[in-house]
Amino acid sequence: MATVQDIEIRDSAARAAQAAEELQDVQGEKMVLNMGPSHPATHGVLRIVLELDGEVITRADPDVGYLHRGDEKIAENMTYTQFIPYTDRLDYLAPLANNVAYALAVEKLLGIEKDLPPRCQYIRVMCAELARISAHLLGLGAFAMDLGAVTVFLLTFTEREKIYNLAEAICGARFTTSYTRIGGVMRDLPPGWLDQCRKFCDEFIPALNEVEVLLTRNRIWVDRVRGLAVISKGDAIDYGLSGPNLRGSGLEWDLRKNQPYLCYPDLAFDIPVGSVGDCYDRYLVRMEEMRQSVRILEQCIRKIPGGADNKTKEPVNVPDGKIVLPPKQNVMTKMEELIHQFMLVTEGVNCPPGEIYFGHENPKGELGFYINSRGGGTPYRMKIRAPSFVNLSIIPKIFPGCLVSDTVAILGSLDFVMGECDR
Amino acid sequence: MTASEAAKKLKAKFGDLISGPAEFRGELTLKIADAERIVEVCRYAKNDLDFNYLVDISSVDNYGEDPRWTIVYHLRGFQHGGELRLKTDVSEEKSELPTVTTVWQTANWHEREIYDMMGIRFRGHPDLRRILMWEGYPYFPLRKDFPLAGKPSDLPGVAFSKPAPLEGGPFVTVAGVEDAIHREPRVRNPEE
Repeated sequence: MATVQDIEIRDSAARAAQAAEELQDVQGEKMVLNMGPSHPATHGVLRIVLELDGEVITRADPDVGYLHRGDEKIAENMTYTQFIPYTDRLDYLAPLANNVAYALAVEKLLGIEKDLPPRCQYIRVMCAELARISAHLLGLGAFAMDLGAVTVFLLTFTEREKIYNLAEAICGARFTTSYTRIGGVMRDLPPGWLDQCRKFCDEFIPALNEVEVLLTRNRIWVDRVRGLAVISKGDAIDYGLSGPNLRGSGLEWDLRKNQPYLCYPDLAFDIPVGSVGDCYDRYLVRMEEMRQSVRILEQCIRKIPGGADNKTKEPVNVPDGKIVLPPKQNVMTKMEELIHQFMLVTEGVNCPPGEIYFGHENPKGELGFYINSRGGGTPYRMKIRAPSFVNLSIIPKIFPGCLVSDTVAILGSLDFVMGECDR
Repeated sequence: MTASEAAKKLKAKFGDLISGPAEFRGELTLKIADAERIVEVCRYAKNDLDFNYLVDISSVDNYGEDPRWTIVYHLRGFQHGGELRLKTDVSEEKSELPTVTTVWQTANWHEREIYDMMGIRFRGHPDLRRILMWEGYPYFPLRKDFPLAGKPSDLPGVAFSKPAPLEGGPFVTVAGVEDAIHREPRVRNPEE
């Protein structure tokens, strides 16, 4: 026997009304969301405590320090030369640039930064610019991948691989380079390296154009990043931002131009600046910086004293046995060099008492070393001014009002690295 | 305006409060006698001398000397490109000075770091918490009397709390001692 049963199926409008009624009590209640420290979009071990009102962030509290290793404490307990490998592990995406920054800081303390042989200066500039390209490529690739553009990541990593090969050719290590020494570099460029570097430059620009085609006018990309997390010029200065993040906000300040060091005054390059200070501007600044770095590299390849094979035997180290280790051949045969070797290895480079600050234009911003010396081979106090640490401090200011899905875009555009932030 | 002109103006404005400038490797350092007045000096440097960028704040532990702490401020003006270093001393008993977060926002994290690493407090700081070490950590690791190997501390149920395995560490050197025997890197125990 058939029975008839009424089933009540409400339409969507009625369902929404009921849902709103049920949620009445929780309206306006905020939710606290923990992001990180192990979250793929925080590029390392950054933790952010987000307070959410629905999808909108109302408060953000970054929590750093998960990668703290006490580098400044360690520096106080070893000679200046011994600390070089530790600088690799600051901004581990651009170890060569850190090596250069640290060596220049100690050389400023010694007062020999003007005496560096020209070939050494050119080599260091090339190292710093290769590191800049490498770091920007990773920052860009990760930024794009977090927003769904995986192809970009694959393209940029293909190019980075070539930079690692170049690094391996000059110092034997791909990642932890430790290439510079106080007063010079570990060794001269290997034969054929400049050709390899030229080949990289030639291949890199087409690859970068490909990335540019994929992103710069891509509707999805532009919609996600334009107008997002605008940092005004005033705020950027007030919060101490540096590097591409500062230039993205429209301030033309680059330590390579404004406080020139090494052979940068002899090289022609432009400083790109943003106009609005949003994530899109920071992206554009990095893109252009890579092109300018290639420009610098090409000039260096042309101008480097001694050329590819260094037939004229241009020195790459300061000719001072009390600063740079003498050639091994001489150590074995000459008394004075043996003494120099012994003193340098046991005591380190004898620095005068005094204090200096040296800021280097690293890929992430201004990497500064404040060295307080009381004489002898170890610093009394060494403070590392890490650009990522300072750049991250603006998060509580720019996050509120953004959506949860915007966090990955903003973090990608700030381009930080925790090894340097936490030291 | 160059840094030396700025230093002159600061001296003219504050008189005896400021001594120096000491010059080393082309950098000017001014010493401020009274740490309590650091905000006043910084505000004048920012508003009237265009030092709109605070590069960094560092701290130095002059262990065994009085006053024990030195706080170092690095100022930069983007308009004129000049740089200036301000230093001020704080005694160990006091271990406190006013914050400059009201002058530059970027001082916020630098001061938190100094509090975390050295244990110097900044009066009026909006959020003086530890930043690199965890909340509840009992020591200040950058002090000179804190051993390189670390000290046992509690982070219950989360991580080990024994000193680092480099205790009695390899090749530890001492800064600022006169003779080569003491400067040479060698095994040292934390108690020494």
